[in-house]
Amino acid sequence: MALKIVKGSIDRMFDKNLQDLVRGIRNHKDDEAKYISTCIDEIKQELKQDNIAVKANAVCKLTYLQMLGYDVSWAAFNIVEVMSSSKFTYKRIGYLAASQCFHESTDVIMLTTNQIRKDLSSPNQYDTGVALTGLSCFVTPDLARDLANDIMTLMSHTKPYIRKKAVLIMYKVFLKYPESLRPAFPRLKEKLEDPDPGVQSAAVNVICELARRNPKNYLSLAPLFFKLMTSSTNNWVLIKIIKLFGALTPLEPRLGKKLIEPLTNLIHSTSAMSLLYECVNTVIAVLISLSSGMPNHSASIQLCVQKLRILIEDSDQNLKYLGLLAMSKILKTHPKSVQSHKDLILQCLDDKDESIRLRALDLLYGMVSKKNLMEIVKKLMLHVDKAEGTTYRDELLTKIIDICSQSNYQYITNFEWYISILVELTRLEGTRHGHLIASQMLDVAIRVKAIRVFAVAQMATLLDNAHLLTGNMQRNGICEVLYAAAWICGEFSEHLENPMQTLEAMLRPKVATLPGHIQAVYVQNAAKLFATVLKSQEGNTDGTVTQDTSQLMIERLPVFVQSANLEVQERASCILQLVKYIQKLQQKDVEVAEEVSALFAGELNPVAPKAQKKVPVPEGLDLDTWINEPPSESESEDEQPKAIFTKEEPKHSRARHTEVDEKELARRREARKQEQANNPFYIKSSPSSQKVYQETPGVDHIPVIQIDLTVPLKVPGLPMSDQYVKLEEERRQKERAEKKKKDKKKRKEKRSGRGKKHDSGPESEEDITPAHMVDIVTEEMPETTYFNALPSDDDEKDPNDPHKALDIDLDKPLADSEKIPVRSHRAAEAAKSPVEDRDADGIATQLPKKKHGKEKREEKKKKDKDRERKKSKDEKKKKKHKSEEKDGDLLGAEVDEPVVQSEEPSQASEPPTSNSAEVSDLDFWLSNAPVPSNIQEVPKVAAAEAASAAEVISGGAQDSEPDEPKDAEMEATKPSKHKKKKQKKEKEDKEKKKKKHHHYHHHSDGVGEESVQNGTVEEEEEPLPSMSNYCLLAENSYIKMMMEDADQVYDIQGNLQDGSQVVVSVIFENKCDSFLKSMEFNVLDSLNSKLQRPEGSGPHDSLAVPFQLPPGVSNEARYVFTVQSIVMPQKLKGTLTFIVKTEESSTHEKLDFKLHFTCTSYLITTPCYSDAFAKLLESADLKSSSVRLEGVNMPFHHLLARICFHHHFSVVERIDSCASMYSRSIQGHHVCLLVKTSGQTVSIDAKCDEPMLLGNVLDEIKQTFSQC
Amino acid sequence: MIKAILMFNNHGKPRLSKFYEHYTKDTEQQIIRETFHLVSKRDENVCNFLEGGMLIGGSDYKLIYRHYATLYFVFCVDSSESELGILDLIQVFVETLDKCFENVCELDLIFHVDKVHNILAEMVMGGMVLETNMNEIITQVDAQNKMEKSEAGIAGAPARAVSAVKNMKLPEMPRNINIGDINIKVPNLPSFK
Repeated sequence: MALKIVKGSIDRMFDKNLQDLVRGIRNHKDDEAKYISTCIDEIKQELKQDNIAVKANAVCKLTYLQMLGYDVSWAAFNIVEVMSSSKFTYKRIGYLAASQCFHESTDVIMLTTNQIRKDLSSPNQYDTGVALTGLSCFVTPDLARDLANDIMTLMSHTKPYIRKKAVLIMYKVFLKYPESLRPAFPRLKEKLEDPDPGVQSAAVNVICELARRNPKNYLSLAPLFFKLMTSSTNNWVLIKIIKLFGALTPLEPRLGKKLIEPLTNLIHSTSAMSLLYECVNTVIAVLISLSSGMPNHSASIQLCVQKLRILIEDSDQNLKYLGLLAMSKILKTHPKSVQSHKDLILQCLDDKDESIRLRALDLLYGMVSKKNLMEIVKKLMLHVDKAEGTTYRDELLTKIIDICSQSNYQYITNFEWYISILVELTRLEGTRHGHLIASQMLDVAIRVKAIRVFAVAQMATLLDNAHLLTGNMQRNGICEVLYAAAWICGEFSEHLENPMQTLEAMLRPKVATLPGHIQAVYVQNAAKLFATVLKSQEGNTDGTVTQDTSQLMIERLPVFVQSANLEVQERASCILQLVKYIQKLQQKDVEVAEEVSALFAGELNPVAPKAQKKVPVPEGLDLDTWINEPPSESESEDEQPKAIFTKEEPKHSRARHTEVDEKELARRREARKQEQANNPFYIKSSPSSQKVYQETPGVDHIPVIQIDLTVPLKVPGLPMSDQYVKLEEERRQKERAEKKKKDKKKRKEKRSGRGKKHDSGPESEEDITPAHMVDIVTEEMPETTYFNALPSDDDEKDPNDPHKALDIDLDKPLADSEKIPVRSHRAAEAAKSPVEDRDADGIATQLPKKKHGKEKREEKKKKDKDRERKKSKDEKKKKKHKSEEKDGDLLGAEVDEPVVQSEEPSQASEPPTSNSAEVSDLDFWLSNAPVPSNIQEVPKVAAAEAASAAEVISGGAQDSEPDEPKDAEMEATKPSKHKKKKQKKEKEDKEKKKKKHHHYHHHSDGVGEESVQNGTVEEEEEPLPSMSNYCLLAENSYIKMMMEDADQVYDIQGNLQDGSQVVVSVIFENKCDSFLKSMEFNVLDSLNSKLQRPEGSGPHDSLAVPFQLPPGVSNEARYVFTVQSIVMPQKLKGTLTFIVKTEESSTHEKLDFKLHFTCTSYLITTPCYSDAFAKLLESADLKSSSVRLEGVNMPFHHLLARICFHHHFSVVERIDSCASMYSRSIQGHHVCLLVKTSGQTVSIDAKCDEPMLLGNVLDEIKQTFSQC
Repeated sequence: MIKAILMFNNHGKPRLSKFYEHYTKDTEQQIIRETFHLVSKRDENVCNFLEGGMLIGGSDYKLIYRHYATLYFVFCVDSSESELGILDLIQVFVETLDKCFENVCELDLIFHVDKVHNILAEMVMGGMVLETNMNEIITQVDAQNKMEKSEAGIAGAPARAVSAVKNMKLPEMPRNINIGDINIKVPNLPSFK
């Protein structure tokens, strides 16, 4: 064997390992692909071998190749093989490969379930860790479902290393298997207060990630997070929590109010920039959520802005970037505070870092005013010229348009300026935003009537120079502006100076190279121009101009008739025919101008896109009925021939037109030079913005020949926007002067001192009047449709978003049906007797009333407690109100939730309070005035509740069955019928519980020492602590310990000789006002019973309690004991040491206690069938014993219930006043009881294979009943 | 959440890729290439955040990167992560590598990708930050390495000897691509626990 191993490893030496592979690849730079393919062949050979080491080595190499982009999915099965190796070394390689290559559709994943489960429960923490890490990468819905329970158990593992990984992976499990969220959530919440900072951080991480997607479900956690925020010192955790609050505040403005103060403190105190930044961000979120109707938080805003300014001014580009990012959030709600930092932001526009410039651009949007718009845009235009790379330039372009057009052109005072800006923007090469410029041009020209003359002139020039735009930029969208230009020139042609020239420009042959929709507009508007020309020549007796125009149309239109675009073709042929007809009429000297222009009469008004919705549908009109039968689905075929046609056409025509172009261009260039030189009104772009508007142009400046240059072109004849800045400045000055004069006059007249501020102060926004009589036609927007148009909440969520499934209400109590599936066992199913099923039906209807009563009692108790504590009257009222509400709800809402009687009163008492109270808690917590003192309030409330709950418990522990008389008392007032049913139900519940234990007992073997009972989650939600297994362990003025023994007992069947384990859960409750920490639990081991301690610790070492206790809080820890002999009850002495920490001092305290293991505690509730039971009794090896109980004054089923509950028996069969019961010890002893009752006497005959155990159990039963 | 962690050198050669979401292998390679192009054209003294990049998608995501001598470390994260926090995490990662490899250089990372993965696994799990404390990370990594060694035992000895012989050739290769002084590029970063 050893030889084989050595031989194997010698073989292995000569295999290539990962390093060899890497080295090889580096040495074969030229033929890398070939080398790798030979390597892959080698790997395939290696994978065929049996030696796992060779396989692991091969898989390791594959992982590397996967990174380089080679397909390794074929080796998936081998990866699984390596994963299942028992050696950690190979396992780790396997899991790494799996995490890199596996995904949901990898089919071998389903083979891994059991392997992963095995690894998760491995005694080696690194096996578990590696499995968790791997699983986090390739978890599938199936894996999540099958392993959720195992992972949940790991969340309470003793090792923080495992705990934090298990907590973190739960998020992935939730995503894949949303049903697990509710059952797992209570434990996840617990982990928020884990003593290990890593685990705590992981829990915060997961909850923040969950809450970010569905914040409303996590509002109730706000107080807890608030506490964490004020107590934690871990910046990672703080950042996460603060980010979470940012997501929660929009839902609950009161939360925001509460947050401002602590956040402000953090901002002042922290030295970590990351934390400071997140605080500022959340304060901003709070301010946004408060912005409606809240009194000014100007101090906070100022603080934020001021801190952000520091960030922006920092030399670190990262901080600068983030500062700008956060600033833009403030901008939305508090633009004023940001505006004061305009200088800084403009400065950032010049930053060399593009990311920073982009962020600064975002901010500019809110910086502009009437006063500075021109200046800012001028600056941006400079950037446009300088910008390299189209993305940034496009961004600039859209920003300029955004800034100018915002809120209905609010800040534009001079539209001539704006039009010229738009025209200048058309010089941009390669921009994708041609349509944006075009729509702006159209919008302005249509809505601002006063600007039309100017706009039309500009557009005409643009059309005239269209070749500059289309020349080498046809590919990109800038030619879209021609669409706007043509339309504006056509529609408002009455303003054209020289319609003939424009018409000629629109009918140039080169137009045919433009996109179809633009050509169509050209053709249509050429017709409009034609009408205008005719009209302008109307009085003119000399018909040559009109004749020429018609002739021009007839000559040029045929090009368009041949267009591949249907729209163009149709319009062109229509208009061509029309013109031909007109020409005929002209030749007959008929006056046609009137009629032709009537074709285009009437003004177009702007209409909002959704205005149609405002028009009421006439009565009797059904818009949904078909007028004709719907067409068949064959339309797509019609498309086909057209596509073929267009494909051929463009090449064809382009070739033809280029020739013409060259000649034409030369000719026209000459003509234009001539023309422009002679035209005194020709407006030329001057290089210096300071120069005056109308300057005689230098002919040489006309850049027509520069078509092919990549530098931005200046379109000749277009005014530079810069001039307007100067003009505007002058105009404003003049206006101001005039105003002053007026004011002076006024003052003189009025002689009142009131006007002083008016004239001397700087020019305010309102003072600036628009240059033109601007008549902005506002679009009408029907209000209703406006809101309809807004995306609703539902639309925003992507239905495929995995987080949608996690939108689960977590405050609702868990239903019995909600649990994480566990591996089921045959026996568990067999236990379901038909009797139970029948009973189950009866419960549902009975249930609510009972809960109702119980709840009231508890509420009453709480109220009493409150009174004692002299709580404010308000709160009481609120609670009362809440409880009433709750009662009402319960009747309706919780009918179908089976309630199981719980043996864990402290947990059980929680749900009613945490349901009704959690809500009221939050309300209460939030409704407090936002003063820092109420941070203290939170624990107090919790303390009050815990204390009241604890009273129930402690009462229960001290006089053993305090609830019983109360129950009886209560029931006496109710009809007896109800009583019966209730008890029946109780019994049923117990049976259910038994089942649960059974589950547990089978599935949690192999789990670590501090494992938690499987059913805990469900039981936490079970109210009614009428019977308690918890008994008081010890108590002093600081702490109270309560113990529940042996309720969860491990039985490792194959392990009987080694003795068995008993789990004891101990509730630690802090009774004082101070913080309890460093608690250590120690028990003096006896020969028979030993406390299980982690590996490596000595037999007398104490165990640290894995939590700390704030005032009034209780928590539960579980300890595992190994027991050798179970026939005798045991007593163990123990000590709890802890540190009491008050504000001034901390003292070391100690509490002694005795753990009492009864024989009952070694019994496990095990169901048994009557036939099996009969066989058991028949067998000879059982010893019998019996006991008589006198004076037992309780119904028989009640009695049975008690035995079942306190002594872990199950009822096998019951006939009238006689019942057989069964239980089994952890070491496999059978215990059978026959219980008979007559009057007040109960006789119990018992049989067991271990007489001593039996005797002790019977004694204990006797004791139980003697106590009542 | 962290969506992906990439490591490549100045020439765009991948040194480590970890995707916490599934992509096809072609897309993965494309993402690496595109990210390299985005990141490599940026100056040294600009900010470490890059928005968008269609590859990783969505306005919610950001690329956060750091450049150390010959290597780029790129994290793609969504808005739930703190930008400065992630920058710090990268720093912790690099420092951890430096400690684990004793003066890490690119070659170490090239030849021991598996180890780098193991270290990373102790810091980030399934796209969520697991541990930020460097000492804790190193403790866990060391403990696992120790286990690996003890498992190899006697059987591993010959293999170790062979690899030692093989590694003797290593010095011939350029070892000068040192990651260098890792503190070069962390001027104003705040203390961050």
